[in-house]
Amino acid sequence: MGKVIIAKDLTKRFGSFTAVDKISFEVEKGEIFGFLGANGAGKTTAMRMLCGLSLPSSGTATVAGFDVYKENELIKKNIGYMSQKFSLYEDLTISENIQFYGGIYGLTDERIEEKTKSLVKQLHLEGQEKTLVRALPLGWKQKLALSIAIVHDPAIVFLDEPTGGVDPVTRREFWSLIYEASERGITVFVTTHYMDEAEYCNRVSIMVDGRIDALDTPASLMRNYAAASMDEVFLHLARKAVRTE
Amino acid sequence: MQSVIVQNIVKNYVSKKTSVEALKDISFSVEKGEIFGIIGPDGAGKTSLFRILTTLLLADSGNASVDGFDVVKDYKQIRNRVGYMPGKFSLYQDLSVQENLEFFATIFNTSIQQNYDLIKEIYQQIEPFKTRKAGQLSGGMKQKLALSCALIHKPSVLFLDEPTTGVDAVSRKEFWEMLHRLKLQGITILVSTPYMDEASLCDRVALIQKGEILSIDTPKGIAAGFKKPLWAMRANEMFHLMNAIKADDSVESCYPFGQYHHVVFKTQKDGRTKLEEIAMKGHYSNVEIKSIEPNIEDCFMALMRG
Amino acid sequence: MKQFFIFVKKETLHILRDARTLFILIWMPIVQILLYGFALTNEVKNTQFAIFDEAKDEASTRISEQIAASRYFSLYKNVHSYKEIEATFRQGKIRLAIVFPQGFRDDLLHTNHAQVQLIADASDPNTANMLTNYATAIINDYQQSINQNQDLPYSIKTQVRMLYNPELKGAYNFVPGVMAMVLMLVCAMMTSISIVREKEMGTMEVILVSPLKPFRIIIAKTIPYLLVSILNIASILLLSVYVLDVPISGNLILLIAESILFTITSLSLGILISNTAKTQQAAQFTSLMSLFLPTLLFSGFMFPVENMPIPLQIISNVVPAKWFYIIVKAVMIKGLGFASVWKETLILVGMTVVLLGISIRNFKIRLA
Repeated sequence: MGKVIIAKDLTKRFGSFTAVDKISFEVEKGEIFGFLGANGAGKTTAMRMLCGLSLPSSGTATVAGFDVYKENELIKKNIGYMSQKFSLYEDLTISENIQFYGGIYGLTDERIEEKTKSLVKQLHLEGQEKTLVRALPLGWKQKLALSIAIVHDPAIVFLDEPTGGVDPVTRREFWSLIYEASERGITVFVTTHYMDEAEYCNRVSIMVDGRIDALDTPASLMRNYAAASMDEVFLHLARKAVRTE
Repeated sequence: MQSVIVQNIVKNYVSKKTSVEALKDISFSVEKGEIFGIIGPDGAGKTSLFRILTTLLLADSGNASVDGFDVVKDYKQIRNRVGYMPGKFSLYQDLSVQENLEFFATIFNTSIQQNYDLIKEIYQQIEPFKTRKAGQLSGGMKQKLALSCALIHKPSVLFLDEPTTGVDAVSRKEFWEMLHRLKLQGITILVSTPYMDEASLCDRVALIQKGEILSIDTPKGIAAGFKKPLWAMRANEMFHLMNAIKADDSVESCYPFGQYHHVVFKTQKDGRTKLEEIAMKGHYSNVEIKSIEPNIEDCFMALMRG
Repeated sequence: MKQFFIFVKKETLHILRDARTLFILIWMPIVQILLYGFALTNEVKNTQFAIFDEAKDEASTRISEQIAASRYFSLYKNVHSYKEIEATFRQGKIRLAIVFPQGFRDDLLHTNHAQVQLIADASDPNTANMLTNYATAIINDYQQSINQNQDLPYSIKTQVRMLYNPELKGAYNFVPGVMAMVLMLVCAMMTSISIVREKEMGTMEVILVSPLKPFRIIIAKTIPYLLVSILNIASILLLSVYVLDVPISGNLILLIAESILFTITSLSLGILISNTAKTQQAAQFTSLMSLFLPTLLFSGFMFPVENMPIPLQIISNVVPAKWFYIIVKAVMIKGLGFASVWKETLILVGMTVVLLGISIRNFKIRLA
């Protein structure tokens, strides 16, 4: 075990355009891994390959021990996914959403009930189980969406810009949930536009023009680039980019 | 001279089941030639406020004026002299870059040539792609085209609703550089953003949350309003450290900020001693404690707590 | 004015860039006309029939020959008893039988009281009705022809006249119907969708903030669709005349003018829908339910309005397509002039003024 993602020379080409160009990296179990890059650097394409949604053109990768070429159905069972755009069914209640996603991942009724209780308690939503998700503030929706994305205790959860537009306090509460998930042994793979959030990650990779240009702990990156913040590191690297999507 | 005046604006959205107070008695004013930031999370009421000022929405009560014209009575005059860039970059996806610009120039009674000098710097960056359909542009290029379209009739006031949302850090930085050059031309700019770090790029900001203005001041003034000492602390075991700090009764707040936790105490006692005590008790490694100046996010969270 | 034209230009570009929709807009009327004209035709052709000729005289033979020669009928066989007629019907071989009683010609010439029996398979009543009508018409023709040679034309005519459409062609009915439907669809649905799309995209916000007057936005948005509609009118009329042999009996200019009037009625309905619909799907759905179905049901081209219950007949009066259908039938097929359709025209004009008034008054100069 130990390594949840092992990618080697992973490449995706669309015709003559190489969206992802031979990226290699490994992610440890329980690690919070920040996946940064400017728009068009190839983040989304790389993430799709790792989620088993898109076949690589060449290179190898395993996610949660499964091969991205042959075992993408098994990968889907063992990962969680959440993005800013896709979160929850607004016209279902909180508990109905939990039931639905629990059901999709084949949780038993008892397990779903158990999960509903613990989840509602963790998010301080007691008594609101029957509230429609639509009525919740954005920040709560995002926190609930994350909790539901890991309701089946996946080996890894992919978070695609999960905190966009959320107020600063809720943003931090959201990160507390990320820490808790990582304590439980769930690996967190996260993209973000907030550079301070990059500093919460154990390790950060920065993609430029389809390649991983830097991969290290935030502290080492800042030291290596003689930068005071991750923002400076990012700008230093991303400004070199030649392509624009 | 004041370019935008907002007095006691109230806006509620009432539907059968729910009633949402989008704006609760908002008042402020913006000087001519100023970059004024409206900063707050999604759902704070930023878009409603912009729509009221651009005459697209009627307030329930209160009044507002733009360039001396009333937003209700004189909406036609206002529509002639403001530039507006709504949240979603409002471009025709199936028209090319040039067709979009030409369209917006013409409906505002002008031509690209007439005001080319104003948009030149921005438009030159996307000009190589002028025959490309707007729908095929990257986020940063769409943003530049939308700004060019909003500027083409040389507006006296520019309303930019979340122009940097969903745009990467590099494009965001470039965008703010463009705004500062526009300010030199005497254009008043109202810009809304959910990114707190962009506050320092504005002349003055209004922090807004749940339809209420928490504070209006220069970025420095807002920081100065943060009265309590602020401490930053780090150690190798960040998550445990945060829980330990939060568990202490004398702590008012503790939030992670990148590599540090920012800590405020309820009373003005010596915070450093207290934090050292917590570090000792938890046997943390590589502990670092320092006193720091608050940034906008610290202030926003302090104001949110009330 | 320049603002206005760039808006029209932009709208035209949208239509031209969306190749699939453009294709549908141009081809839909053509396909519909051809479909109705050839595949769905309710005309009868070469229907098998039997003759039981007890008279076997000159008159019965001539009539039999004429019926058999017409393109509606083809002779299946001569039978020799009523029993045989019944048997042949049961086998499903024929749909009509003609019986000439003994002494048919004598009766016709001397007593002026000749009888022919037409027996039709009424399990499909419409077809049965049509077949007997056709056969009767042919018999009447014969009667007329022998009367010309008679000095004393005192034969009794069972006269059934097929007014305006002597050949009883189905095409005469559906050409005006398809015109009404296509114009309704192109104008109302496409306009409402194109306005709502701007709301959805957010571009409406920017346009509203521009000095362009809301009234002009509306008009500019409808112009390209008006042009597409005129193209459709032309293609429908050309196909009718040259492919389906439906002539334009009346004044072409009047017909086109009335069609444009109906187009404008439809456009104003489209604008009205766009005022309330929030999404493109809603606009599409509302157009289909509130315009397309009533047009199909109440315009009179599928189902005769006069046979409907009174409440439905009253409802049919508010369907613009009904009046347009009447006008087109009158002008195109009956060849009547403006004097005969001024009432219907006035009704359409009235509807248009009211609808356009409401639409423009309700067109939001603001967002909510």
